[in-house]
Amino acid sequence: MRALTWHGKQDVRVDTVDDPEIINPRDAIIKVTSTAICGSDLHLYDAVIPSLVPGDILGHEFMGEVVETGSASTLQKGQRVVVPFPISCGSCFHCSITQYSCCENSNPVEKQDMSEKLYGYPMAGIFGYSHMTGGYSGGQAEYVRVPFSDVGPIVVPDHLDDDDVLFLSDILPTGWMAAENADIGPDDTVAVWGCGPVGLFAIQSALLMGAAQVIAIDHYPHRLELAKKLGAATINFRTTDVREALMEMSGGIGVDAVIDAVGMEAHGFAIDNMIDIAKQTIGIGADRASALKQAILAVRPGGRVSMPGVYGGMTDKFPLGALMEKGLQLRTGQTHVHRYLKDLLAMIEEGKVDTTFLISHRLGLEDAPTGYKNFKEQQDTWTKVVLKPGMMAGA
Amino acid sequence: MRRENTSRWPYLALAGIGLATIPIAAGMNATRRRRERGNDHDSAPGHTARRSFGDYQVVGRTVTIAKPRAELFAFWRDFSNLATFMANLDKVETVTGDPECSIWHIRGPVGTTYAVETRIAREIQDELIAWRSTEDSEIDTEGRVTFEDAPGDRGTRVGLIIAYKPKGGKIGDTIATLSGRGPEMQARHDLKRLKMLMETGEIATPARTYADYNKEDPR
Repeated sequence: MRALTWHGKQDVRVDTVDDPEIINPRDAIIKVTSTAICGSDLHLYDAVIPSLVPGDILGHEFMGEVVETGSASTLQKGQRVVVPFPISCGSCFHCSITQYSCCENSNPVEKQDMSEKLYGYPMAGIFGYSHMTGGYSGGQAEYVRVPFSDVGPIVVPDHLDDDDVLFLSDILPTGWMAAENADIGPDDTVAVWGCGPVGLFAIQSALLMGAAQVIAIDHYPHRLELAKKLGAATINFRTTDVREALMEMSGGIGVDAVIDAVGMEAHGFAIDNMIDIAKQTIGIGADRASALKQAILAVRPGGRVSMPGVYGGMTDKFPLGALMEKGLQLRTGQTHVHRYLKDLLAMIEEGKVDTTFLISHRLGLEDAPTGYKNFKEQQDTWTKVVLKPGMMAGA
Repeated sequence: MRRENTSRWPYLALAGIGLATIPIAAGMNATRRRRERGNDHDSAPGHTARRSFGDYQVVGRTVTIAKPRAELFAFWRDFSNLATFMANLDKVETVTGDPECSIWHIRGPVGTTYAVETRIAREIQDELIAWRSTEDSEIDTEGRVTFEDAPGDRGTRVGLIIAYKPKGGKIGDTIATLSGRGPEMQARHDLKRLKMLMETGEIATPARTYADYNKEDPR
């Protein structure tokens, strides 16, 4: 089959590789019809996430048709399914309390050591996202082996297009959980840092949850425009003093909840590495760190900090005093995608959530390297790239 | 079903471990047991102590598995099952006419294998199995697995402690550890595989093809 493979820093290629096979009883093989490039894939592209091996297939946002099932899979050939990015067994302690992204059994034993050392506990398995999260082949390919296929994939009705439902795999539930973690009440003003796909879905979700006002913060004009269309007020941090503006826009009270949808992927994971790499990338690093710092300073006393943005390592100059003295609540984590699928699918069907507005480009799988390059370099206009393995190159 | 065979375990009892000989009496909780052993200053398990056990290395690990105690006990007690989740165990042979004896074929570092004749030292149905290598064995080792109900409905706490005299002394042990086959890591990995197998019916693998699977499969 053809698949997007990682070969090194900003070097991804479409290669011919072996087709996946059913290995374990609960596996299924999915023929991919749509797969997206995630913002977090860019951190793999930039090689700031360790434990990638040349030849690894990337991609954790994908959907398609079931073409083969293991003896214990509950799926049937021909079904259209969207697959959640975290791999979850459905029967461990964490899965049983719907903390699916903390599954204890999906990351292969030999792959758990690294995250267990770094975080004290191993991470769950994730498709196409380095060997620290399992080394699973990802979804930017013609076919994918999906473990625990009786737990993760959700069957979608035929009258919905791929573009309507694809984002159930990650960014829609991630935006939704970000808003849920902000514990939004009806009179609340909520500020969202970052108008990428997750930020935009967090804005939609916050409004659906009844926030009185959502304020979106970014510096890309087109992305701010998308936020405005969804119903958010906007702040361009290049031209406006964010804290001052938030204070004024919330009538001097301060915002009730803040959502950091920027994230700061670790620039290297070893402690000694962190300092050096932070020095090397001081411009970007400082900008990004300032988003979370700014959010923590801007939120009102007793407010909530929601952190869907991905962090991998450590940071210094963290405003611990503000967090404690203001009595803030901080909630974060990889998304428990499975928890939200049914409700969000219903909301898509009812037309309450718009997903397709986000897609700026649809490319064939063969054009995936171009998609990566432009998604990274032209962030203002390349808001979301969807790859269609069935589409001709250059179409 | 209770069997005792305590005559042959002097070494580790002296070293403060005595895996096979620690009584697990009903109603006697772990903390009290440890206190009665004497000089411990906290309530942590003995194998986590920062101290030496003489010539023996001691590794221990506990895992909670969302399955009933009896099911897990039965699975473990059929020693032929052990090779399905213990990476360095090639196979376990039963010995005809002696249900307490079995021969464990253990993979050592750098391609070596050892036959270890193992005898059950103590067994309490659904609670504990302890074993020890016989004097003829190539490796001097003993182990104990315990099964306790976890709080609430979280299943069963499975505790594994293994003591062994490193083949080739401390240097051999260091080599094993450096080559990623150290018993501490093995015990941790083995219990995780057991948990996966019992909770999900399979052991997670990133392999995309059978060829990958056979290459990466450590068993």
